[in-house]
Amino acid sequence: MTKDQKKKKKSEPTTATLIDITQKKFRWSDYIAEKVIKGVAFLSITIIVLIFIFVFRESLPIFASQKASIQAKAIDSTAEVQETYGEVTDQPAVEETQETYGEVKDTASQSSTDKESYNVSAGSGFDDNQSALKTILTKDWVPVSEKPRYGILSLIIGTFKITIISLLFAAPLAILAALYTASFASKRMKEIIKPTIELLAGFPSVVIGFFALMVLATFLQNVFHYDTRLNSFVGGIAMGIAAIPIIFTITEDALTAVPKSFYEASLALGASKWQTAFFVILPAATPGIFAAVLLGIGRVFGETMIALMATGNAAQMGLNPFESVRTLAATIGAEMAEVVFGDTHYNVLFLIGSLLFIFTFVINAIAEFYVKGKLMKKIQGK
Amino acid sequence: MIVEKIQTENMFLHYGSKMALNDISIRIPEKKVTAFIGPSGCGKSTFLRSLNRMNDLIDGVKIEGNILIDNINIYDKNIDVVTLRKKVGMEFQKSNPFAKSIYENVAYGPRINGVSDRKQLDEIVETALKNAAIWEEVKDRLGDSALGLSGGQQQRLCIARTLAVNPEIVLMDEPASALDPLSTAKIEELIVELKENYTIVIVTHNMQQAARISDLTAFFYLGELIEFDKTKKMFTNPNKKQTEDYITGRFG
Repeated sequence: MTKDQKKKKKSEPTTATLIDITQKKFRWSDYIAEKVIKGVAFLSITIIVLIFIFVFRESLPIFASQKASIQAKAIDSTAEVQETYGEVTDQPAVEETQETYGEVKDTASQSSTDKESYNVSAGSGFDDNQSALKTILTKDWVPVSEKPRYGILSLIIGTFKITIISLLFAAPLAILAALYTASFASKRMKEIIKPTIELLAGFPSVVIGFFALMVLATFLQNVFHYDTRLNSFVGGIAMGIAAIPIIFTITEDALTAVPKSFYEASLALGASKWQTAFFVILPAATPGIFAAVLLGIGRVFGETMIALMATGNAAQMGLNPFESVRTLAATIGAEMAEVVFGDTHYNVLFLIGSLLFIFTFVINAIAEFYVKGKLMKKIQGK
Repeated sequence: MIVEKIQTENMFLHYGSKMALNDISIRIPEKKVTAFIGPSGCGKSTFLRSLNRMNDLIDGVKIEGNILIDNINIYDKNIDVVTLRKKVGMEFQKSNPFAKSIYENVAYGPRINGVSDRKQLDEIVETALKNAAIWEEVKDRLGDSALGLSGGQQQRLCIARTLAVNPEIVLMDEPASALDPLSTAKIEELIVELKENYTIVIVTHNMQQAARISDLTAFFYLGELIEFDKTKKMFTNPNKKQTEDYITGRFG
């Protein structure tokens, strides 16, 4: 200590006083900046948590109280039972034979007839929540009928079907495109490709859905000759188109971040460019690619507009990719606006919302804790 | 009898418009350790990298003159660069093992060359690790990540990786510059052992290292080859004044 002080004196003979470091200073700007950042962070987390709590709470009556059904009964006393909406959701029977644009328009006009659907959903109030709960694990999604059935299994299957199809389509394309851009494309080429694809990430999904509905569906039907024009295959491809830019961008970033020394080392061992890209660069970027694919899944999972427009919206269980499906998100999107507040149907829609949240959460959790750990061990030998 | 392995004749190298190597003519003998010394930026690393065409990766590099390896011009049009790099292996200044297991790091080279038989791979890996004097330290944890090794171990692992593809020449770009004295000693020992089977060219900033391990020393300065002779002569009685000044620490 004294030695240091002496040194200081020697090196700075012009300064008379030593710099005092024993006095703690209070820095206002630091304090405020820290608190503001902390506040914003907590606010955003709180909002998300509150949204989930709200969604979950609204779905609770199915499991517990009778309140909702009593409410619905009260509204119902004047209502007339009319089963029109149910027919729309029962559409597969019609769709399987032949579908034209006309029918799709029909769906729209029916669901937009507010009064009618109001009456109809009120009718479902006859049913008590207990029986609603019983139907939840069935395959029939007929929420508006004399005997409403809320079987969400077909919706879940439909959602997963679409997700798998779109990932099978989007992930290889996006990853290979990113590999090309990162490892082979010339600098100028890269400067063109990357911003262009990133631009596509901001493409409104309604436009992609429109394109899928009008162009892609017809084209794919002409190529593959299946019966139902709008089906999970068309929807999956369309959602894949939406997911490609996301997967591409993040994968490309991950690949570019692989140290150049890996590249040099591999080439110096007599590996070709392709060998280097596939066996060194790609494995080294796996965590990033994994994250990219997960984000892609998230996008497809929650995608509503494309699902509404391109999947046919018929709740079916089959595993055939050329059948129409109805996804969880599309169901909420299509029905939430017309449902009676507090009704069982309303509660079930919120339950679907909670399910969407839980599924996404589970996928992320699996990725984070299980696959990431195991995968990394296998690939990197950590 | 001395057989020439690498030979350059009036070689020039430009980065864009900047001349990096000026009229280099050198004959490097087979199965000896040749050291390149000189201050930073003198072109010795650039020269080393042009011996297995790693400079091809850098935009704007233009090379004139001949570089012959076994009397074949490696910048000829019909040279297969990938095979050339198998013949002329390279170690880098910073050890750069892949983010794979120790075993996979060494097996990578043979694998891409088409060796898929597990038994054969095991043998190659073991021999390479033994030759790189690291076998004893890692034999019980071949499945562990290579990134978990110490700096010196990583560098020897990289040498093992290079040896696994069975090159004829090993280029080393300051392989011990980031290592502690003990690890450095191990690497140096290894280099001296390796020269029985390989032609070794090493770039180093460490004058003592060059004196200890090399048979011949070349002194580069500002892109020119100032002097090239037996190490003993270079360090005791160099012909040029510049060499003497540099070696004795009067400049650079």
